[in-house]
Amino acid sequence: MRLNMQWTWFHRLGSPRWFYQKTQRWLPWLSAVSAILLLTGLIWGLAFAPQDAKQGHSFRIIYLHVPASFLALAGYYLMAIAGAIGLIWRIKLSFMLMKSAASIGAVLTFVALFTGAVWGKPTWGTYWVWDARITSMLILLFLYFGVLALRYTFSSHEASDKASAILSLVGTVNVPIIYKSVDWWQTLHQPATIKLTSAPSMHPDMFAPLVVMILGFYCFYALALILSTRAEILQREGKSSWVRQLVANKRGEV
Amino acid sequence: MSNFLSGGFTAYLFRELLLAYRRRGDVVKPLVFFLMVSTLVPLAIAPEPQRLAALAPGMIWIMALLATLLSIESLFSDDFQDGSLQQMLIAPNLLAMPVLGKVTAHWLMIGLPLTLISPLIGIWFSLPAVAVLPMILSLALGTAVLSLIGAVGAALTLPLRQGGVLLALLVMPLYMPVLIFGSATIQSAVDGLAWLSPLAVLAAFLAIAVALCPLAIVAALRLSQNN
Amino acid sequence: MIFGIIGVPKKTRIYNSPLSAKNILKVENIAFERNDSLLFHPVDFSVSSGEALHIEGCNGSGKTTLFQLLTGLLQPSQGNIYFCEQPVDRCRYDYLSDLLYIGHQSGVKAMLSAEENLRWMSPVNTSSKQIALALVAVGLEHYADIPCYKLSAGQYRRVALARLLTTEANLWYLDEPFAALDKQGIEFIEYCMQQHIEQGGTIVFSSHQDLTKVAVRKYNIIGYSEAV
Repeated sequence: MRLNMQWTWFHRLGSPRWFYQKTQRWLPWLSAVSAILLLTGLIWGLAFAPQDAKQGHSFRIIYLHVPASFLALAGYYLMAIAGAIGLIWRIKLSFMLMKSAASIGAVLTFVALFTGAVWGKPTWGTYWVWDARITSMLILLFLYFGVLALRYTFSSHEASDKASAILSLVGTVNVPIIYKSVDWWQTLHQPATIKLTSAPSMHPDMFAPLVVMILGFYCFYALALILSTRAEILQREGKSSWVRQLVANKRGEV
Repeated sequence: MSNFLSGGFTAYLFRELLLAYRRRGDVVKPLVFFLMVSTLVPLAIAPEPQRLAALAPGMIWIMALLATLLSIESLFSDDFQDGSLQQMLIAPNLLAMPVLGKVTAHWLMIGLPLTLISPLIGIWFSLPAVAVLPMILSLALGTAVLSLIGAVGAALTLPLRQGGVLLALLVMPLYMPVLIFGSATIQSAVDGLAWLSPLAVLAAFLAIAVALCPLAIVAALRLSQNN
Repeated sequence: MIFGIIGVPKKTRIYNSPLSAKNILKVENIAFERNDSLLFHPVDFSVSSGEALHIEGCNGSGKTTLFQLLTGLLQPSQGNIYFCEQPVDRCRYDYLSDLLYIGHQSGVKAMLSAEENLRWMSPVNTSSKQIALALVAVGLEHYADIPCYKLSAGQYRRVALARLLTTEANLWYLDEPFAALDKQGIEFIEYCMQQHIEQGGTIVFSSHQDLTKVAVRKYNIIGYSEAV
């Protein structure tokens, strides 16, 4: 493919070294913003938001549960898009981002499921309920597991990257189908269910800290993604000169 | 007679059927599994007709799913090991056609017999007569989708020697919508509701799968050479 | 084993390309990366019609990978391949239709008979007589109708090699064709290669031993493998 001036910025975006150096400057700023947002949201939500009429204090778990589930789903799409870009334009950095997104997304899905279970106990007396949303989240966890497990199938990481990308793309087509199927399955069997998130009908005093938490989680996700990708870059480019220079500098400092 | 260079859908379909005929023993095993597991359910749960009938739609579908999973692993593994896959990849014609031929052959050998045996299982589980036709139709369409999606998993896990478990892990989430609508078709018929709508959704799944799965399978097959 | 004496099927070679005499295959700066390191030193060579190129290199130097790159089983990390002066990406159909690849794996189905396998591997218009003669030439005339899993390893390999007699492809890629063959087998392949070259075909092959009957040009692959 011929590179003319308009495309060089796109291909420069794909250089791991460029990414590593650019994000070096973003890290402190991003860490500060995430920390502030998360702390504010947590303290506000856990301590200062008013009690719920029906659920008392136990509803406060949504300040962890809802952002985690948002990010888990958004993270899957991010992973699939990164995989698609890597497959189509053969950009290595994209595959590294996809790998990081897979691990972080899996953890967030687990957090969402765990907090959902914790919420379920005081509210309905049981740890698990086959609610449409929770079931879809469980299936999403299995999709993440599949992408993670595929890493160890191939001996070369180029091949395992491509395989994970193919699987996450196949999964992407399925995610809306799964959500809709489970939704339909739920209504078929239990017409009257309590929705786990009733965000639109929430009082603004309860809603505002939730928004702060969601924003904080997004910033934290970006932070985690960048840190993980940086580690992946160092690992993969370990033999190149700029990484060796970095290591030498670090050793010189210490 | 076509050869490996010009062979398309029908050539590979007949070739697969011929190969399966030569090892008929292997092909019959998943069907026997289907029958045997059907006898396990009344033994394990209860032989009362009402309880069995309540479980029937789901159980039949789960067993069909497991039988398909058992057999899908070997779809490409023989070709991978003896070098036929390499010759297939080198051939100039479109790889999607041989792939569809192989998957169709798999459905003809596994999915279709399962569909035809299912009335027997229906009798064993005291399934009401009104649900038999929906069951046959849902299995016919659904097992085709299961074969297609399973082939994607089989192609992705080719380099592994015992990729069966990973294959199951990969395709299970993708199988779930098919399972939901497949058993819902039978259940709706039992309950006297409209069963054509979930069946129509299954047909839609089949259309999507036929269009998209070959792309993923071909990409995964080319990837398997990287090992 | 009888070969070369009784009617080996004759193939007429018709080149479609106007540049049939020169530069059937040109390989420029081809390299392959695995886990971010190159497998071998970038490869450059060109082959004209009527020539046989012997790829040499120690074990693990990447000869098989080179064949996989040439046939399109793997994508090169850099470089270009040209077939009849055209980049292979542009004329993929013609390129693939005109090549024959026999690698380490035979491509022979164990459940089919030798005759069925050879028929599948041969051009569509090959007559039964030609297939029978080819099987005679590799010494399998008595084993033509039994499933191949009943054959010995050497006989199994000979089924794959019988393709050399029935193929119409002009460009042959043979990866270690002499591996695990006895003296007669080696002579048979050399004979086929000689015939092919004389009729204007092109061969790229790898081997640890030198050929006695066929004049070849050599190319040495330098592998970067650490585990040698």
